[in-house]
Amino acid sequence: MQEADIQFLEESFKKYYFNHFDLITVPERTSEREFGFQKFNSGMTRHISIKSDKELHLMFMQNIPSDVYCSNAYYTFPNLPMNEKDWKEADLIFDIDAKDLNLSCRGNHTVSICNDCNEISKASTQCINCNSTKLEKKSLPCKNCIDASKTEVLKLTEVLIDDLAITKENIHVYFSGNEGFHVYVYNSQFQKIGSRERSELTDYISLRGTIPETFGMKKFKPNRASFPDFDEKGWRGRFSKQVFGSKSKRSKIITELITNGYSSFQKTLEDVSESIGVKIDPNVTMDIHRIFRLPGSINSKSGLAKIQCNNLSNFDPYIEASFLSDDTVEIIANSPIQFSLKNKKFGPYINEKVAVPTFAAVYMICKKLARIA
Amino acid sequence: MLALGQDEIAKYPFLADAGQYLKDQGFSLEQFGADPDLKQLIDKAYERILVAADGKIYKSDLDGDHVSKEAALPREVFSFLLAIVLLKLSGMHTLIKRFALAEARRAEKYLEKDLANISDESKNQLAIRVIDDLFSVQVKKSNDYFIIPVSDYLKHSINFHEREWKLINRHVENGHVFLSPHETVRLIRKELGTYINSKIINAKTPTMIPGFEDSVNKLVSLSKKFTTYTVSTGEYPPCIKHAIEILEKGENLPHSGRFMLATFLLSKGQSVQQIAPLFKNAPDYNPRVTLYQLNHLAGTSGSGTQYSCPSCEKLKTQSLCFAIPECDNIINPLQFGRKKK
Repeated sequence: MQEADIQFLEESFKKYYFNHFDLITVPERTSEREFGFQKFNSGMTRHISIKSDKELHLMFMQNIPSDVYCSNAYYTFPNLPMNEKDWKEADLIFDIDAKDLNLSCRGNHTVSICNDCNEISKASTQCINCNSTKLEKKSLPCKNCIDASKTEVLKLTEVLIDDLAITKENIHVYFSGNEGFHVYVYNSQFQKIGSRERSELTDYISLRGTIPETFGMKKFKPNRASFPDFDEKGWRGRFSKQVFGSKSKRSKIITELITNGYSSFQKTLEDVSESIGVKIDPNVTMDIHRIFRLPGSINSKSGLAKIQCNNLSNFDPYIEASFLSDDTVEIIANSPIQFSLKNKKFGPYINEKVAVPTFAAVYMICKKLARIA
Repeated sequence: MLALGQDEIAKYPFLADAGQYLKDQGFSLEQFGADPDLKQLIDKAYERILVAADGKIYKSDLDGDHVSKEAALPREVFSFLLAIVLLKLSGMHTLIKRFALAEARRAEKYLEKDLANISDESKNQLAIRVIDDLFSVQVKKSNDYFIIPVSDYLKHSINFHEREWKLINRHVENGHVFLSPHETVRLIRKELGTYINSKIINAKTPTMIPGFEDSVNKLVSLSKKFTTYTVSTGEYPPCIKHAIEILEKGENLPHSGRFMLATFLLSKGQSVQQIAPLFKNAPDYNPRVTLYQLNHLAGTSGSGTQYSCPSCEKLKTQSLCFAIPECDNIINPLQFGRKKK
């Protein structure tokens, strides 16, 4: 990114942080958390300890970070090196990202930026200009992406509440600031469990690693009675609803499953897992030393803020998470894909000079699809 | 400490304070070496170790869960305590490990029986207390099942590699896992073994006692049988081959995949300089960052922690596992191609 672009982004971000500090949630037990930040074109600064929102505010104003992070873990000494921090516990966190959902719409709104010649195109494997395979993908997520991510959030919430006895009040959902959602679980029985335990929990939530026996199928002499019932709790119940469809079809489908045999059942399980398992990023949940984007801060991949969603079904990030100003600014835009922000449509632009509101300019520059004119 | 009845000490001798028990019964170790009647018990203890070394469970003189004869109880407990003395004198850790495991399996049988005992509530409660006190697993009874909090379950189940122990293959409801008495006890087998093992390791080693030498010498030569040699084919496991292929094609290997590849090769003795060029085709290749990260993993920069190659289970979760039959139930890619001889 060139100097003028960075300067513009920093100014816009600074303005946001100055005017909207109220949107930044200083997490509970602030002094036990590790904070970190990044500046444009520079590495990560972490192992920072912060005691109050005043200190946090100061950090924002002094550094004008591109991204700010805070640990889900609680430490005795958050500012010491990792192995001296004295890990105490960590909130359970989940990351749901539209790019992991294998959605058919992705191809329509993903562009490639060639790392060798900077050519921007919709080609997915090779640069159309220089044939290089070093392509950086940028996506401008659509409504479908956001809706599909919301569905995953709802699936996750159901498993957390019904199977794992987490109360609704302890589940907080945030828009990630780019193309997905971050879910936090507080005060659960899982606060103190380690990374390997969390990895098992992610397999449970995403319905991975199942064996046919769990759902009643056996290699030899399968017994009809051990197949799941329609009103059963947990994954067996969800399996019934997905595979049998209705109570009346249960018997007939069990006969089919038994006739088709064990290995065919394994295939069925894979399909079921793909369709009803919750698609969370396992690496995020099992990392107990992660610093995770701070609620209220701006995501430099988009210029949108990470904000809490109190009404998920009506939530529209491209209206509600865009806080930057409307002041017009001139840019050279090269965005082959149209997008919409704050109810206004932008693009497509083919290497052209345009005057757009700051929030749209920031969005495109963050996506590397524009530069200051 | 739990208050233990006669039967309980025979069933769970590792719960007793060994030195105190001998004193209470009015014996000293020297007597066992000298008195011909008591010396039989050393042979019995030796046998108890022998059975364990063979991977079997020592069959005791207990009839059901009652002591069959008046004399059987002290014999049971003495042979256990003397076995520990013999093991300590031999100093053979492989034998101690095997003995601890076999004793755990033996205790497991009794715990299971006690848990499932519906006619005697006190037996039931004792088993529940042993599990809670020693292993911090809160067990509650619910109809025919024992239910434990998911978080307690996970702490123990992660030590199992069989798929049926994965949380997803368990009946989970309302934050609890439902288990049969057998599964409840099986869940803590490893920790029971570790507990017994650490009790033996932490016990004081006495100086050699006359009358014990023969059995100790026999144990030392017995333990030599268990030394194994391993050879390695040197071939890479499929997950590593896959990661290298992806990089060669210039496709994007996720961070977790790069971590796996680098830690694997570092563990195989390759240097940071040897590994770095592998990443040069990555779409976001930056030699400075690659070297920094590799040095970090190798422990030559940063905190000095050397990172190890993730387990097969973790790689499965990360969709990085491409198991083939030759993987043969290994639990870490580093074990691929190793054969015991």
